[in-house]
Amino acid sequence: MSEPVTWNKKDLLGLEYLSAQEIAFILDTADSFKEVTTREIKKVPALRGKTVVNLFYEPSTRTRISFELAAKRLSADVINIAAETSSIKKGETLIDTGRNIEALKADIIVMRHNYSGAANMLARHLNISVVNAGDGWHEHPTQALLDIFTLREKLGNIEGRSVTIVGDIAHSRVARSNIWGLTKLGAKVTVCAPRMLIPVGIEAMGVSVTNNIDEALKEADAVNVLRMQFERDEQGAFPKQMEYFKKFGITEERLRRAKPELIVMHPGPINRGIEMSSEVADCPQSVILDQVTNGIAVRMAALFLVSQARDIKNEDPH
Amino acid sequence: MKEKSVVLDRETVSRSLVRMAHEIIEKNKGVENLCLVGIRTRGVFIANRLAENIKKIEGKDVPAGTLDITLYRDDLTLIAYQPVVHKTEIDFDISGKDVVLVDDVLYSGRTIRAALDALIDLGRPNTIQLAVLIDRGHRELPIRPDYVGKNIPTAKDETVQVRLSESDGKDEVVIMEKNE
Repeated sequence: MSEPVTWNKKDLLGLEYLSAQEIAFILDTADSFKEVTTREIKKVPALRGKTVVNLFYEPSTRTRISFELAAKRLSADVINIAAETSSIKKGETLIDTGRNIEALKADIIVMRHNYSGAANMLARHLNISVVNAGDGWHEHPTQALLDIFTLREKLGNIEGRSVTIVGDIAHSRVARSNIWGLTKLGAKVTVCAPRMLIPVGIEAMGVSVTNNIDEALKEADAVNVLRMQFERDEQGAFPKQMEYFKKFGITEERLRRAKPELIVMHPGPINRGIEMSSEVADCPQSVILDQVTNGIAVRMAALFLVSQARDIKNEDPH
Repeated sequence: MKEKSVVLDRETVSRSLVRMAHEIIEKNKGVENLCLVGIRTRGVFIANRLAENIKKIEGKDVPAGTLDITLYRDDLTLIAYQPVVHKTEIDFDISGKDVVLVDDVLYSGRTIRAALDALIDLGRPNTIQLAVLIDRGHRELPIRPDYVGKNIPTAKDETVQVRLSESDGKDEVVIMEKNE
């Protein structure tokens, strides 16, 4: 019955660090967990006796709740720490905080942090598992995995498909993780944004760049619409909201010029009337709420796999 | 490991499964309230064959589903390889049903313990019965089968391999022993 080890990482830090096989393995595992989330009793004992700590240095509602539900459906115990209301404010370093959580015998830290690379650093210093729930502008692996999971569910496969990402690419960890994941699985990725919001050298990640939304949508099988993060606009580089909607907003009229079966995605929260019109958000092609549902299954898979990898490593140091 | 002996071949596997189908029908006084649930991987194939046999005898379809017990194992932290989580596919309600749980080999009983937990999370069956092609003894839990293809006394350091045409190309049951 023994099957080869296909996942041996104690942490999930970003899709940059994963092979196409590993990404597919997480998605396949998530597919099995999705069945659990449709049951009347939505709980399995796989992580019974394990403790998951949600350590959030940035406000987050949907990601934290999704991770919390995922952990609870695996029977883990969950503790939530919001940095702004905790003693972290007293000046403790991130590594000290992590070591304290490790000393409490927690098994997995799920961390959201405003600095890029924070999760990688924490993972290097701890023996327990670290799952990146978004670090600065770097990566947000579980969001990209749930986006790709939803796409795979709707399209059947990823290889050869065209996916357009619209919005603030420069400040978006969701965009970066999606680009890594989609290109590894063989999709054609186009990014579309005002010039100021496209990072220099993004083409090196294997994507096409345009600032014409109609061109970006023409061949696309799916469009992932990012939220305009106006709160991050410290240098006044962002266009005004109405101007952005006029040039880049996804409207019914623009959808009519795209493929009829174009899939519309958004990681949430949606700003209706800025990134997309209200009608588009609610249109039959919109899979925005499927993404939310799938997020739990994907995060269950992530928590289960990192926990397993650690148990196996503890058992056998080789 | 090397092959020590072949204990069942194609004919004897087939005859055992016909007999077990008759026993299931007899004990349940028909098939009205019956369903079969196979434990991945080979239990599923055996459950499907039992369902075919029952249909041949009674002329009625009995629902058959697939149970993945990975998430319910009690040795998740002990095993040295990563188990792959597969889907449970039971598209009928097991509440109130007489469920026949099907597996290839019954050994320690721990797989069945996990399967019972998994089943009970899906509903409240009227009864749960156990059908196995091979019972090789060495139970570690108070679990016994209701229908057995063949009892095979084994040493603990031997293993029993059930091979089925669906997964292994042919039907046979082989006792394997350690190389000297």
